[in-house]
Amino acid sequence: MAKTLTQEFTKGLWAEIPPFRLVLGLCPTLAITNTVENAYGMGIAVTFVLTFSNILISALRKIIPPKVRIVAFIVAIATFVCVVELVMQAYTYSLFMKLGIYIPLIVVNCIPMGRAEAFASRYGIVRSTLDGLGLGIGYTLALSMLATFREIIATGSITLYEKPIAVLGASFEPFKFLVAAPGAFICLGLMLGIMNILGKK
Amino acid sequence: MREMIKMIVVLTAISMASGGLLAALREGTQERIEIQTLEFVKGPAIRSVLEGSSNDPITSRFQIKDGDALRTFFVGVFDGQPTALALETSAKGFKGDMGLMVALDVKQNKLIGVAVTTHAETAGLGAKAQSDPKFGGQFKGASIAAPPKVTQDGGSINAISGATITSRAVCGGVAGALATYEKLKPQILEKIKEVK
Repeated sequence: MAKTLTQEFTKGLWAEIPPFRLVLGLCPTLAITNTVENAYGMGIAVTFVLTFSNILISALRKIIPPKVRIVAFIVAIATFVCVVELVMQAYTYSLFMKLGIYIPLIVVNCIPMGRAEAFASRYGIVRSTLDGLGLGIGYTLALSMLATFREIIATGSITLYEKPIAVLGASFEPFKFLVAAPGAFICLGLMLGIMNILGKK
Repeated sequence: MREMIKMIVVLTAISMASGGLLAALREGTQERIEIQTLEFVKGPAIRSVLEGSSNDPITSRFQIKDGDALRTFFVGVFDGQPTALALETSAKGFKGDMGLMVALDVKQNKLIGVAVTTHAETAGLGAKAQSDPKFGGQFKGASIAAPPKVTQDGGSINAISGATITSRAVCGGVAGALATYEKLKPQILEKIKEVK
């Protein structure tokens, strides 16, 4: 059954939320969810790339010859990633420094590529835009959730914009393990488990 | 054959559009990125060596050609006069290159301060050249006629204990900056007058 436009958008927020349901784009999910600021910064960058690459690919889907479609998709995605990189460098330099290599790595992130191949190259512009936006926002929410959990437990504070805000008080003993790489795996595993239990009904 | 031509034409068109867009964007953001890089990478060092200036040294900057290289100078205004000049230099530290920001007073021919911008020195020892203001503060007021030296070499700068090589490197870097200043002095004095 064909989905309505609203469903096309909302599926990215729950039913197909990228890191938890599609289990795509895990490299930045594990690497940069140490602070909330990094997480939503990355999420916004991915949303931008995903939405615009979806729009462009959907608009060109009848022109691009099937044999070279992957090359064309990569060019489109890489272009938008460069746009994000330059804009971040010009306007949010400190965030750009923190996200570092993970911004250029959006090119090889499976989400934009996967959506281009599985969705944008088959559906119209409106649906593709909503799909990109929905998945992008879902990705941002997922990263922010994971980062909130990790940051609060690991440092007792939360970084919404540039400066950490203490939330757990001075008596809290930081559990530093969660901010390190293995902590990211464990948190992600727990999140996936919770999502599976919730989705079972 | 037709399919082949179509593939080539489509890919060429997409790549050209992408290249054009990115070139235009780069052109548009270049200046801002340059300022941001200065602000975040060198900004703290510039502001610390030119502390108390009434202007913003990062916006009051000029460039002079030195051979093939283009050198950037930052100007600090004190008491309404553009007298302080900061320039960047590099030195061979204990572990690779160190970036230094050297500030001097062009009227009194004295050093104002030295700060480290980038380094890879040992944490807790050589890294103190950047984190401990006492070390950089020793250069303040020294005449620029003679390059500074550490006490072990017969100079007046107390080396950071356990990091003589780093301290020597900083002195060497300051000497390099002073040499650049002497070399480009006429042009610098000409340009610095324009800063308000």
